Amino acid sequence: MKLPEKQITIISGHYGTGKTEFAVNLAFAMARDGRKTALADLDIVNPYFRSYERTRELEREGIAVFVTSNFGKADIPALPPDIMSIFVNRQQQSIIDLGGDPVGARVLGYYQPQLDRIDFDYWFVINQNRVENRTIEGVVRYLRLTEAASKQRITGIVNNTHLGDETTAEVILRGDEFAAKVAEIINLPIICTVGERCFEEELKSRLNGSFFAIDRYMTKPWELGDHEGGQFAWQQEA
Amino acid sequence: MAKELWKGNEAIAEAAIRAGCRCYFGYPITPQSEIPEYMSLHMPKAGGVFLQSESEIAAINMVYGASGAGARVMTSSSSPGVSLKQEGISYMCGAELPGVIVNVMRGGPGLGTIQPAQGDYFQATRGGGNGDYRLIVFAPANIQEVVDLMQEAFELADQYRMPVMMLLDGMIGQMMEPIEWKKPPVSPDDLPAKPWATTGTKEGRAPNIINSLFIDPEACNVHNQRLEEKYRRVIENEQRYETNDTDGAEVIFVAYGTPARLARAAAGLLEKEGIKAGVFRPVTVWPYPYEALHEVAIQDSVKVVVTVEMSTGQMVDDVRIGVNGVKPVSFIGQAGGVIPTPREVANAALKALGR
Repeated sequence: MKLPEKQITIISGHYGTGKTEFAVNLAFAMARDGRKTALADLDIVNPYFRSYERTRELEREGIAVFVTSNFGKADIPALPPDIMSIFVNRQQQSIIDLGGDPVGARVLGYYQPQLDRIDFDYWFVINQNRVENRTIEGVVRYLRLTEAASKQRITGIVNNTHLGDETTAEVILRGDEFAAKVAEIINLPIICTVGERCFEEELKSRLNGSFFAIDRYMTKPWELGDHEGGQFAWQQEA
Repeated sequence: MAKELWKGNEAIAEAAIRAGCRCYFGYPITPQSEIPEYMSLHMPKAGGVFLQSESEIAAINMVYGASGAGARVMTSSSSPGVSLKQEGISYMCGAELPGVIVNVMRGGPGLGTIQPAQGDYFQATRGGGNGDYRLIVFAPANIQEVVDLMQEAFELADQYRMPVMMLLDGMIGQMMEPIEWKKPPVSPDDLPAKPWATTGTKEGRAPNIINSLFIDPEACNVHNQRLEEKYRRVIENEQRYETNDTDGAEVIFVAYGTPARLARAAAGLLEKEGIKAGVFRPVTVWPYPYEALHEVAIQDSVKVVVTVEMSTGQMVDDVRIGVNGVKPVSFIGQAGGVIPTPREVANAALKALGR
């Protein structure tokens, strides 16, 4: 997948689509490409599974992290003033991770004066296995509601159709086909189809969207990957 | 049917509607606000009533009223909100009213935090309200189990004429997992009749009375003995539990909800170190599966029983009752919204083994 060119990339989509996992992975991909990168967690809806929970891992790779308030762990959706820097700092590329529904997208309205002055992309993540995303009509309805609440136009579709641990290549392929239909109907590009790295070889030549390989960062507390739960490998080394 | 990805809180709300529940009364509180949010959109579509009450206390008393009139009804909240409901729950038990109460637990005491915790175990299993009463308490550990148990919760509530509690920690409410809808939706029209409900006599029968007040102590004692006899039947028939790799295990973890999944991961870590560990998971925390736990603990292979909780130690009391001294029982837990890591849980077992 071609990494974002613009100063700001906004990520939205219903919760459960995996938009946060995508946003975190995108931040890592940009930082590892040598870019000065920031991630702003502007989710005012969800209390758990937020991108700021990976602040340590993100900051370790030089990614600046902004979060809705100094009390991210409380349900106080206050927007801190330092987030403004992502709109003025042209040396840096920033990702905005929005809350997972039209209510969450409303935050963008507040930044309309800033967004009017800069180049940005606004990507909508879909997962066909979420009830609201089951049908094309459902996705389009949700996308339009999100646009209306945020007062901004979506500029691209990200297919992140998955079933958690039960994701198969077929699940991703089916979602890719579905995303292609959605994209055609609303005349938007498919930015990429997202899948865990293990699916890359099998899928990369068979997709409508280019493949974006991710690693799982937004794990549940009992999920053991290259770590023994709760901690990542580098923390174990330290 | 193809699997779908559902958030725990949404799934519990949809499962209730599919179980024929047509009345929801509640008040938002993190981390369960998706339940009323989902109900506000979908309950009216199902022809039911969604009402955001002025308080948790109002909500539970609306549940009391609707249940008295024969409706399949529920409320939901999180820890501090469930504390407010305790009086109503006690009244429902006294008046023998069915209903489902969902508690998506967060850190406590008091307002605590909005992060996942299990500090309400005593309240759920011993009763936070007054008097001799019990609730059937289901403690699901994954979203599939949440939706499967929800229908059963309504059925048992009606069968025994008592409230049933769904006791989830915030993690189960907030996380996403693939599920399938195994049972067909239940129509409220097909539910068993409730001849005791206050549906109007139509001048054809004596009035039904829904009440928990007994002026005469003898009569109140008789009422209590009858309730106790009912609770005995529940204890006999409704204990649920699950075991994983407990046969021949050296270490038995006992945990419900999220910690049961941490314990499974910890057992995997111990296995790599050559130690066989299994997990005993109560699905009903009342009635508690004491005998089943005892059977597991008394095996010759078992050296230690390790209780894992997201509290400072509440269920461990029931574990001690079940194990009844045949093996040492130890405890590992964090509270206030901190989740123990699988490594910490595994290390607690190693410590208990003296390694």
